[in-house]
Amino acid sequence: MATLAPAVEEKKGGERTALITGSEAIAVACQLADVDVITAYPIRPYDTVMQYIAKLVSNGEMDCEYIVAEGEHSQFEIVKHASAVGARVFCGSSGVGWMYAMEALTVTPALRIPMVCMVGNRALDDPGAFGTEHNDALAVRDLGWMLTWVDSGQEALDSTLIAYRVAEDRRIFLPCAISCDGAFLTHSQSLLQIPSQEQVNEFLPRYNRADLLLHPDNPITVAPQANEDWVMEIRRQNYAAMERTYGVIKEAFADFERIFGRSYGNPFFEEYMTDDADVVLMGMGTLSTPVKVAIRQMRKAGKKVGFVRLRWFRPFAAEELAQCLSRFQAVGVIDRDYSFGSPHSGGVVAGEVRNALYPGAGKKPPVLGFICGLGGREVTIPDVEKITESVYQAAEGKRQPLTQWIGLRE
Amino acid sequence: MATIVQIDPTQQLDPFKSVKKIPTHEFFTSGHRTCQGCESALVMKMMVKAAGPRTIVLGSTGCMYVANTTYYSTSWVVPWMHTQLGSSGSAALGAAAGLKAQMRKGKMKQEPINVIAFCGDGGGADMGLGAISATMTHPDYNLLILLYDNESYANTDIQLSGSTPWGANTTFSTPGSVKRIMHHRWKKNMAGLMAVGHPTCRYVATICMSYGLHGMNSIRKALTIGGPTFIHSLDPCPKGWDYDPIQSHELGELAVQCGIWPLYEVEDGKLRLTGRTQQIADGKIPRKPVRDYLLRQGRFAHFTNDDLDYFQSKIDQMWTKWLIPGVIPFEKDLAADNPPA
Repeated sequence: MATLAPAVEEKKGGERTALITGSEAIAVACQLADVDVITAYPIRPYDTVMQYIAKLVSNGEMDCEYIVAEGEHSQFEIVKHASAVGARVFCGSSGVGWMYAMEALTVTPALRIPMVCMVGNRALDDPGAFGTEHNDALAVRDLGWMLTWVDSGQEALDSTLIAYRVAEDRRIFLPCAISCDGAFLTHSQSLLQIPSQEQVNEFLPRYNRADLLLHPDNPITVAPQANEDWVMEIRRQNYAAMERTYGVIKEAFADFERIFGRSYGNPFFEEYMTDDADVVLMGMGTLSTPVKVAIRQMRKAGKKVGFVRLRWFRPFAAEELAQCLSRFQAVGVIDRDYSFGSPHSGGVVAGEVRNALYPGAGKKPPVLGFICGLGGREVTIPDVEKITESVYQAAEGKRQPLTQWIGLRE
Repeated sequence: MATIVQIDPTQQLDPFKSVKKIPTHEFFTSGHRTCQGCESALVMKMMVKAAGPRTIVLGSTGCMYVANTTYYSTSWVVPWMHTQLGSSGSAALGAAAGLKAQMRKGKMKQEPINVIAFCGDGGGADMGLGAISATMTHPDYNLLILLYDNESYANTDIQLSGSTPWGANTTFSTPGSVKRIMHHRWKKNMAGLMAVGHPTCRYVATICMSYGLHGMNSIRKALTIGGPTFIHSLDPCPKGWDYDPIQSHELGELAVQCGIWPLYEVEDGKLRLTGRTQQIADGKIPRKPVRDYLLRQGRFAHFTNDDLDYFQSKIDQMWTKWLIPGVIPFEKDLAADNPPA
């Protein structure tokens, strides 16, 4: 029985390099995090992570309760209760599967359950489509979930460890979903660094449910009927926990760099070729690949274009982002999602970016929104060039539509 | 090769020999605001008294959530957690799995802890059926699902559920000038369904807390046997069934004595009729006519004689035609169903 992630290269101390997919990277992170209870249910593309974990369990490489549920609602409810009794848990879904679990997703942050899960981003039905769209994970954006989007297998692995560290911090106790674009990331292999168990143990303390543990030694009543007497105060506690995530995420990234020797710079968003940029593009997830390639090509033609990839959508680092964006002449936000009937009929991220800029003291560049790559359609280099062209027009003060659909068959 | 199913030890909870041997200590106490005559509250009290202090209780949405756990005045002495309406099965499975994993991995002290999830008939027989069914197929975990059945969504205004008897007046099946019988579905046979469809389920029982010692000992048996177990309790409900609260206990007895609510247990596949039901089946006591039970309740006040006869015929059929009377409804011959016009 071959090990799941055979090392291409091994370093002293147990670190190794392996050629694995994004889903496999998260499975390896779960193994390193010594997760106690995992629930699976099939839906493409996220479920590859559960297939890998099944192999880890059957090969004796991982010790956990691996439960195949009868639907996503149960899948998320099972781990929710396992977490309440003190177990570290992992779960995940995609597209309408995530929506099927919506009730459980709603109560999980409200119960202060630090569940970590993977969303293999997938278009919502109907019509059926396996490809990437971000509306699934975005559907919980107001409920107290921390939401992060990654763009590589390495970042998927690292973010899973960081997610446990942040979610299970007693100051936080909120769930965290790691979004991975379906196929582009879940099923694509890359060479990545797998840390040693010792490093992970140093970075990630054991989950301690502490005063909220559901156990006969701590006979508490969890989630009683509170009504108008107390619900507002309880919501305010969730608000305060989410406010604290900014600081705790920064702490976790600093510790991550110290222990693993890999740095992500600003935890909340990545800046690419922005130092001298006139205009920037923005987006989440794997569209960074075509965008970065296009930027390198456009720069050869003298266009100073940069890219800001939003890594954490919740919490949303509004002030830092506004400060960053004030350096540019115009911003083009590429949304792999939609929000019908929203202001300017734009995408979700474009709306959030405009919101972040509005009250700021600094310069407010025009923000154009672009709906692109829905249903897993590829975001191509000509698409990115077309978007950049419009953003340049806006930078020069020429009126542009606030929302444009790019790569649409006319 | 590793053992395929490794089940943790359970608490050894021997049956109470008599009412006088039941401990006086309560784990479900003051602080609840259930209705006068509420039998489901009695089920909660007896359930956790039978289980003892080393127990985690998970309660799905319903009367026994809303009425029992007002913030700052919980009635639960043992640890208790809310679960969603359709999630009693998942809640029990998750808690049991979480405990098991942590104990095996040395993250928590080894100790048998009872895990009980309860649900009402709406949460259990309707919305949560899939999750309970799935949980009953997992042989690896010690847990009990207790369905307290007051035969309607009694917390939300008495709406019919899949467990409401034929013809009953609920706020979703109010008799009108044209349609006398709005609810023409027959009550779901949950205990039979669990026992027949889930060979991994170690113990299924029907109880009624009018027979309290029997009910408590069934709960103790389920928790001692371990694995996934299921108990279905019939709970008279003064508000939903429309009768004077003083009659709750008596109505529970009548449901059994009329043969409407057969008491039985299925232990590792072996069926045994219990209590009064066994005496009826053995011919030691007569089965009372259903009208003695139905006419005591306002929810059947609109019944005509034809309706009462029809109801009686269905109960007779259950006792005379079923493959296993009161439990398994298959018949060798096709039977005609002729509800009153």
